[in-house]
Amino acid sequence: MAKIKFKKLRLTKKVFSIPYILFLLLFVVIPLVLILVNAFLDSDNNLTLENFKVFFTSRANLIVLGNSLLVGIITTAFCLLIGYPVAYICSKMSSGKIIVLLYILPMFVNFLIRTLATKAIFIAMGVELGMGTVLFGMVYNYLPFMILPLHTTLSSIDKSYSEAAQDLGANKATVFLKTTLPLSTSGIISGITMVFIPTISTYAISQLLSNGKIFLFGDSIQLSFEQGLYGVGSIMSLVMLAFVLISNLIMNAFNSNSNAVRRSLW
Amino acid sequence: MVKKIKSFFEKFYLLVILVILYAPIVLLIIYSFSNSSNFNFDQGFTFEAYKAIFTSDKSPELWKAIGNTFLIATVSSVVATIMGAFASIGIFNLGRRTRRIVENVNQFPIINSEIVMAVSLMIFFVTFAFPEGYLRLIIAHIAFCTPYVVLSVLPKLESMDPNIYEAALDLGANPLKAMTKVMVPIIAPGIFSGFIMAFLMSMDDFIITQINKGAATGINTLSTYIYSDARVQGLEPFWYAIFSIIFIIILATVLGTNVYKVSKGKKKAKEAK
Repeated sequence: MAKIKFKKLRLTKKVFSIPYILFLLLFVVIPLVLILVNAFLDSDNNLTLENFKVFFTSRANLIVLGNSLLVGIITTAFCLLIGYPVAYICSKMSSGKIIVLLYILPMFVNFLIRTLATKAIFIAMGVELGMGTVLFGMVYNYLPFMILPLHTTLSSIDKSYSEAAQDLGANKATVFLKTTLPLSTSGIISGITMVFIPTISTYAISQLLSNGKIFLFGDSIQLSFEQGLYGVGSIMSLVMLAFVLISNLIMNAFNSNSNAVRRSLW
Repeated sequence: MVKKIKSFFEKFYLLVILVILYAPIVLLIIYSFSNSSNFNFDQGFTFEAYKAIFTSDKSPELWKAIGNTFLIATVSSVVATIMGAFASIGIFNLGRRTRRIVENVNQFPIINSEIVMAVSLMIFFVTFAFPEGYLRLIIAHIAFCTPYVVLSVLPKLESMDPNIYEAALDLGANPLKAMTKVMVPIIAPGIFSGFIMAFLMSMDDFIITQINKGAATGINTLSTYIYSDARVQGLEPFWYAIFSIIFIIILATVLGTNVYKVSKGKKKAKEAK
């Protein structure tokens, strides 16, 4: 009897995936569908388009969204400008693998702790909390997420490309601009996504670093739900989801094995 | 000469960024011995802040939060590892199209923004009236931890030689035995690193816990307790001590394991030569 049971097990090893597939359906897919449903419901659960009108005509909401995009773009630009040289220099060093780790290490410490540490130092130095400190905190928090994919890509580029370019008469600047930089595009795109998306949806960091003056999109999503405005909150979440999906499509288009970068995160 | 200057500038740049990156951490550790909240050594060098972890009037709550953090991380990472490991074996054996769909859905909690995942779970729990408290938190943590387990086990299955498993069957092992004695040991490193990852992710989480803990339950993990306590009055000295301890533990662990990995890799490369 037992033997027959095991035979069956062999034929259908895929049954092992069923509990997890059900779990994913229940706790990942359905919750996202519920967001979509809630976007079309008013507080009495009637179908409505009112929520869209409320969100897209509210100046305050759009200003927060605009601010978040602005903070996201500036943070991403700074991370790229600061992080690219770090990743590039490390990729050329023989012990670069260990050195680049030093830049990624802070990522493993909870972001709340890092943010509160920087805040305490800003206060002690007498720096006024505002946009400047928020941007510093964001760059400080997300720089490792930029350096990691850049380093992975840069260190996997075959050296013979730039050597060939040099042999063919290109000077150093041209070698960099025409071979290394284009070959690292996929790393740049991954880095941008890994910094931009968390930055615009960040929750708590900007509030802490600006004493509640600067409010980003993640904060307003949380606030809408806290105030029971599920409809508007759901719309905001959908807007955020759209950003996530679009950036992922772009990333996948540039980088057919984006998983490799994500996996090497650990 | 030019090369020397260039390499000096490169090293200098690396150093400047490194100093900025670690300045807050180092300063915090130094001033954890000052028992002050505003970076002065008026009281001289002291361990008061570290003693306060045990003696402050907030320590009962603090230790409860630490206990909760470990409880939730342990339960959810163990469940996530078991479910994720079995799921990986299953997913590996699925048909091509189903497998792609499942892998894409599995990817979603990873690429999704945390706040959206948090509120989607909250709507779900509210809609279906899940009891507030540990159940919601543990389910939420399992939901964002398991994908990492799957992602670390699947590559091991892919790189496994299928003939080994078949050989075990040919030699008379029943499928269950072939799986536990042959397949599981081969993918064990993936399962183990998936478990560590799940545990760290769960410990590290703030947003999903904060939004799903429910205000009335009073449940706090370390990160939500830090937030509720420090948001209002700033950091009391004992937080400096706690942060320093966390910094040191994490930095030592990650640096240690990675240096070990890199040096092991180098040794292997040498032996291969």
